[in-house]
Amino acid sequence: MLTYLLLTLALLSAAGYYLGRHRAFAVANGQLRNLHSLPGFYGSYTALWCGLPALIVLAIWMVLQPGMIVDWVVAGMPPELRDLPPDRLNLMVNDLKNLVSGNIVSSTPNAAILEAANHYRNLQTIGNAALWVVVLTLSMAGIAIGWRKISPTLRARNRVEQVVNVLLIASSTIAIFTTIGIVLSVLFESIRFFQKVPISEFLFGLQWSPQTALRADQIGSSGAFGAVPLFTGTLLISGIAMLVAVPIGLMSALYLSEYATPRFRATAKPALEVLAGIPTVVYGFFAALTVAPLIRDLGSALGFQVASESAMAAGLVMGIMIIPFVSSLSDDVINAVPQSMRDGSYALGATKSETIKRVLLPAALPGIVGSILLAVSRAIGETMIVVMAAGLSANLTANPLAAVTTVTVQIVTLLTGDQEFDSAKTLAAFALGLMLFTVTLILNIIALQVVRKYREQYE
Amino acid sequence: MNKPSDSAAPDFRNRDIKTIVNAGLKRRHAAERRFRWYGLIAISLGLAFVALMFGNIISKGYPAFWQTYVQLPIRFDPTVIDPEGHHDPKAIESADYAALVRAGLRDLFPAVQGRTELRALYDLVSSDAAYELRSRVIANPALIGTSQEVWLLASATVDTLVKGNIDRTLDETERPIKDNQVGWIDKLQASGKIEKQFNTILFTGGDSREPEQAGIRGALMGSFYTLLITFLLSFPMGVATAVYLEEFAPKNRWTDLIEVNINNLAAVPSIVFGLLGLAVFINFFGLPRSAPLVGGLVLSLMTLPVIIIAGRAALTSVPPSIREAALGMGASKLQMVGHHVLPLAMPGMLTGAIIGMARALGESAPLLMIGMVAFIVDVPKGLMDPATVLPVQIYLWADLPERAFVERTSAAIMVLLAFMVLMNGLAIILRKRFERRW
Repeated sequence: MLTYLLLTLALLSAAGYYLGRHRAFAVANGQLRNLHSLPGFYGSYTALWCGLPALIVLAIWMVLQPGMIVDWVVAGMPPELRDLPPDRLNLMVNDLKNLVSGNIVSSTPNAAILEAANHYRNLQTIGNAALWVVVLTLSMAGIAIGWRKISPTLRARNRVEQVVNVLLIASSTIAIFTTIGIVLSVLFESIRFFQKVPISEFLFGLQWSPQTALRADQIGSSGAFGAVPLFTGTLLISGIAMLVAVPIGLMSALYLSEYATPRFRATAKPALEVLAGIPTVVYGFFAALTVAPLIRDLGSALGFQVASESAMAAGLVMGIMIIPFVSSLSDDVINAVPQSMRDGSYALGATKSETIKRVLLPAALPGIVGSILLAVSRAIGETMIVVMAAGLSANLTANPLAAVTTVTVQIVTLLTGDQEFDSAKTLAAFALGLMLFTVTLILNIIALQVVRKYREQYE
Repeated sequence: MNKPSDSAAPDFRNRDIKTIVNAGLKRRHAAERRFRWYGLIAISLGLAFVALMFGNIISKGYPAFWQTYVQLPIRFDPTVIDPEGHHDPKAIESADYAALVRAGLRDLFPAVQGRTELRALYDLVSSDAAYELRSRVIANPALIGTSQEVWLLASATVDTLVKGNIDRTLDETERPIKDNQVGWIDKLQASGKIEKQFNTILFTGGDSREPEQAGIRGALMGSFYTLLITFLLSFPMGVATAVYLEEFAPKNRWTDLIEVNINNLAAVPSIVFGLLGLAVFINFFGLPRSAPLVGGLVLSLMTLPVIIIAGRAALTSVPPSIREAALGMGASKLQMVGHHVLPLAMPGMLTGAIIGMARALGESAPLLMIGMVAFIVDVPKGLMDPATVLPVQIYLWADLPERAFVERTSAAIMVLLAFMVLMNGLAIILRKRFERRW
């Protein structure tokens, strides 16, 4: 229905454009230089009058209508239904909505509910019809206003450009709203979580077992929300990843920028960057089905006890994923070191590797540290590889052959599947999300700052 | 190299520099060569990982593009399909076609007796065979009463055995297929009644619990709808933001704030966007779970920074002389941007957008948060239908233990990677073709 309304609106706006343009020609008596703006601007002016108010009303209407209909339906119900406690009432309203849209309902509807559903359906039909009438009237009226206003002295271009300018500014604020949205959504749920579980227990507790009880007398019913095992698990896996990614990434960047011929560089660099383009779910599949069994077999052949979901497998594959980040970021950094510093070193008789080790690396160190920090934040926030290849059990261990779990794995397991929105279990995911967001944000800010300082040094 | 030994120090004056340098030269050159080798080894390790992963996935996945079929003699028995003989479409639709399949199997192996034996025999053919027969009869009611040799989908275990992925030497209890079944399959193979055909179900079917009936059509459509929303939202907004920040925005705190925000959003872990989508779009605005609409909204917020950053780079590469010329001819600022700067920057912006879309196509973590992980059999038909996307389908299949699903997961990954290659290739072509050096 909405699609048709939007299409109609678009058609009307197109008509408005045509009419406005036509009108501009008419008021100018064929002498275009009498007009303030080009005729197209008069057309756009009318089209904006036609479309914009109607769209705004449409948006507000779409937001308000469902809630208002529910209110009216509830108000029209018999009192014994109306006075149910809020959560029961919510459940009933959900049932009602399902009934109206023809889905399966949880309970067999009684007469009162059926009555209410009818009421709901009626109100919905009326509301939709009213919406059509209002929107179409508004857009017609808009065309009429635009038409009336057009005269040779109307500053149509300036008006249209003002509107466009506002639209540009509005879209540029989306980024800010997104950040605010992230912070607020994670923060609110976290605060609710910290009302149930003290923040000190969350940050310093050593036990993580977030199951919630079905019955009061169940064993382990309280649920333990000490996140330290998750933090150590995340650090362990990220640490293994960095052990793989930093040497390989850094050495490839050095070789590519200092030794390689242009032709070799032109083929090897994009080939290496293919690693960055592969979806993480593919790495996860590779880690879980190929690398993990390989490591387990290798370990048992050497006489080690290796868990089938070892931290090693996830960390190794994550390291492979991060290689191109480290290499392309450090490549930029190394290239930013002025050639004169290399030339000075060569002039003193140093070999290439001596120049790299004693001149290039110390000069580029802040930038390289910055790029490694960015890679670490990437490793901490990586989800799919660990969800597929790391375990679920929260072990507090530094053994890379044992199974550990990470913050992102727990967020996913807590939030997929059945959930109720008030349990500590679900809210815990948001608290973990808050931690993740804060830590990666701090890492990113530091890294960007370091890199920027470093760039300025050589500019 | 600058560690002169104590005994050598007094000699310094007598030996000339050349001998001192020459003495260390061999060691230094060896170090140089070693260092060079480290670099080469690092790069070859990186490239080896690429090759290993692709090789691994392709070798696992390509058999999934073929599927085993069994040829059965089917008698379209009128007493089963249409007992009343009215050719009533409803009766034809609800007839017991599985009975025809079973009869066909019994015809092939008349010696098989007993409940368990017969059940093992029936297990050779997929439950999809009955639907296949039904659709054939509905399409052509003249089949009723005739006998035909029909190729029907074999079950997944048969498929796995025929592809050689079950070890026949294992003990009967340790493999998913019994000795008598292996015997029947060998007999069928010997008489040419088992054949591998191109697997169309993989591309036309929705998800299923039976590996041989599972396809990626539903996931592909889900990905398509999700990316459609992502593109429709993020591209115009990204372009508008880039234009505003590059061409119109005054340099002040507010625009600085916007810029810092964009750079930070580009580095926020994707799963956090999923939390945002869950809290804001689903719980606050009450949009349906698992809908491509919500997935598209979340992914467009994620893609926006990529498009903005690429768009700004494209805009700065347009030389100022173009702008000055346009303004000099009396164009307004908006006309200057709209008529001259934006068209010149468009290839760069599109390249950025395509790369952003390719990344969105491979993204799965935030979609797990908003419920796009459900087991959905139907192919989604709109933006509000419950759906899943290709990477999430891969994630779901990767969890399933059957060997046939491992194969299909790899095949789905190959399809996903093919799309990625296609999109990135398009971006490269676009860049090569339209990039202008000023």
